[in-house]
Amino acid sequence: MSEVPPSVRQMAEHMATTVPQAAALGFRLISVEVARGSIEAPWREDLVGDPEKQVISGGVVITLLDHTCGLAISSSAYGGSSAPFSTATLDLRIDYMRAAAPRKGVIAEAHCYKLTRTIGFVRAEAWDVDRSDLIATAQAAFVLNRPHPPAAPTA
Amino acid sequence: MSAPAQQLETFLQRVPYVRFLGMRAELAGDEMTAILPFAPHLVGNVFLPALHGGVIGAFLETTALAHLSVTQPSSRVHKTIDITIEYLRPARALTSYARADLRKVGRRIANVHVEAWQEDRSQPFAALRGHFLLSLES
Repeated sequence: MSEVPPSVRQMAEHMATTVPQAAALGFRLISVEVARGSIEAPWREDLVGDPEKQVISGGVVITLLDHTCGLAISSSAYGGSSAPFSTATLDLRIDYMRAAAPRKGVIAEAHCYKLTRTIGFVRAEAWDVDRSDLIATAQAAFVLNRPHPPAAPTA
Repeated sequence: MSAPAQQLETFLQRVPYVRFLGMRAELAGDEMTAILPFAPHLVGNVFLPALHGGVIGAFLETTALAHLSVTQPSSRVHKTIDITIEYLRPARALTSYARADLRKVGRRIANVHVEAWQEDRSQPFAALRGHFLLSLES
């Protein structure tokens, strides 16, 4: 466990709940550590993707995984000396192991395992009830938009 | 309404998440175009502003599923096996469009490519490649 200062916790809370799409989906921050983050997407009737089984949509899982990966990258900036930066997804690969259980929300946890000057590499997992029984895994690369020169070469 | 148009309408109407996104789709012959009007709740970056990367991925995946609902009709929703989303440029506060290309449709599995654009189709903002498990009528 790498404790983060209250300002990072505040940034994470802000990111998980006030970004318009995150707020619209009702995201809740579960935890944040250096280079790691976890967010929950609660089940809701209007977010169902399979009406027959009342299962939360794969689209919500995509957004949750993307958002949690972004959180892991943002929080990794606070582990070293680097200043905060904005990020954009370059690519995101998702494998769906199974559908979520009926009327269950989804939790995702992401780990930014490598951060270069320009790129952050992230892995994430999503589950509904039991962490050892995943519904999806993700692998992503994000481009970092650092605030100050020297300008990073295009990814 | 033709049978394919009806299947498409059924898919769009019965999935609540499609309404959450505010997504529509139109059929012209055998070509389907998905349409996502801009809405403030879809934003992921308020400074640009730009659509959330997850919304883009969801729009592309739902386009693939909608297209499959037309060509592989089933009373059940087809299942996504895996997807890779490539982000090419920010998606601005404009209407987005997407079209799916069914690269291979086998007995159980379909390989689908999807591309999305806004004002200029030759300038796509995102693309998806994915595999889908087809739900057969039983």
